[in-house]
Amino acid sequence: MRASRGFTGRRRGGEPGRLPPGQYDVGSGWPVLTAELTPRLDLDSWSITVNGRVEKPMTWTWKEVQQLAPDRFSGDIHCVTTWSKLDTSFAGISVDTLLAEARPTPEATFAVATSSTGYTTNLPLADITGGKAWIVWEHEGRPLPVEHGGPVRMIVPHLYFWKSAKWIETITLLDHDEPGFWEVRGYHDRGDPWREQRYQGD
Amino acid sequence: MTEPAPTPGPWTFATVESVRPENAHVATLRLRVPDRRAHLPGQHYIVRLTAEDGYSASRSYSVASPPEDAGVVELTVDRLPAGEVSPYLTEDVVAGDEVEVRGPVGGYFVWRGESPLLLVAGGSGVAPVMAMLRSRRLSHPDVPVRLLFSVRAPEELIFATELGPETTVVYTRRTPPAATRPAGRITADDVAAVAFDDGPAYVCGSTGFVEAAATLLAQQGYDRSRIKLERYGSSGS
Repeated sequence: MRASRGFTGRRRGGEPGRLPPGQYDVGSGWPVLTAELTPRLDLDSWSITVNGRVEKPMTWTWKEVQQLAPDRFSGDIHCVTTWSKLDTSFAGISVDTLLAEARPTPEATFAVATSSTGYTTNLPLADITGGKAWIVWEHEGRPLPVEHGGPVRMIVPHLYFWKSAKWIETITLLDHDEPGFWEVRGYHDRGDPWREQRYQGD
Repeated sequence: MTEPAPTPGPWTFATVESVRPENAHVATLRLRVPDRRAHLPGQHYIVRLTAEDGYSASRSYSVASPPEDAGVVELTVDRLPAGEVSPYLTEDVVAGDEVEVRGPVGGYFVWRGESPLLLVAGGSGVAPVMAMLRSRRLSHPDVPVRLLFSVRAPEELIFATELGPETTVVYTRRTPPAATRPAGRITADDVAAVAFDDGPAYVCGSTGFVEAAATLLAQQGYDRSRIKLERYGSSGS
């Protein structure tokens, strides 16, 4: 280790070990880092589809998705640009609930999440099943702001947040990994913040 | 894509050749990077600072210099008042210091010679488009280029000596004495005056600025696939 002359740092982020390596606590802020122009989605025409390697491709409208079993996430989120937001919460449904109805076939091993903007990101199926991923429309008790992916986004909080597609519309299950928008531009295929998988090869 | 974006190299220690103030809160660090991988205009570097006890903090900064500038990377840093890294880089670092860096990073907000080239920048968001403007001057002089540069007041303008007839400066709060356009945020007329019929537009600034500018561009006939956005000042400090 070589120290930077005179640098002391600010040291936030609670108890040691709370932040993944290379991350800092952004506090109450929530940066916006979308690559595309923020879309304005009409909930009356919005729907979410699960297709690909499933027994029964399914589409739910906004009204239908709200009839599903509610679920929530409370905890920390981590952006590859090094901010982390601690003790935050989202409400919506578990991705497990959608997959239970669509029923992945045995060869399904990966997923691609697609936004209404055309943004895509790839995920191992194991990273969005077993209570690890949600479709959400509330943040800390309020409707999810549009610049943060509202009205409806996906969250996969145990991975870097570019894996949590804003303005989610489709989850496609595949029998192979297919890199998405940032992944073909040098970012990691999995993106585990605790292993600092920021870029391809990390 | 015609070619993949350069992947970031390993962490390495760069030597600070100079620190050049651009205005009261923006400075450019000229870094000599060992085994530098040439960047694409628009890419950024990560800077990591480490305290004596091992605590470290890292942030991303756009490269303002063109890839043609051999061996050297210039990072233009805006000092954020409550920042952790930017005050150190703009106030404490001096020539001869070593700074740990990794790059180049980012494969989306990059220019590979597409023509014609429209650049739209707010404040220190001009840094990555400056790399494009400089690279175009050195390697693609035939590419038509226009820069629409929004700043709050005359003393906020940076890189002024390098801006020529391709640049239109919009002052949002206070204008220089001779200005004909009144102070105010960029308008549809400002965008109409610089828009091209084809080619990409690169828009960089605060998220409010890029949303406003990109919306005006869309109204001017730029479809979403032609507009690339980079949001500044929000990824931290």
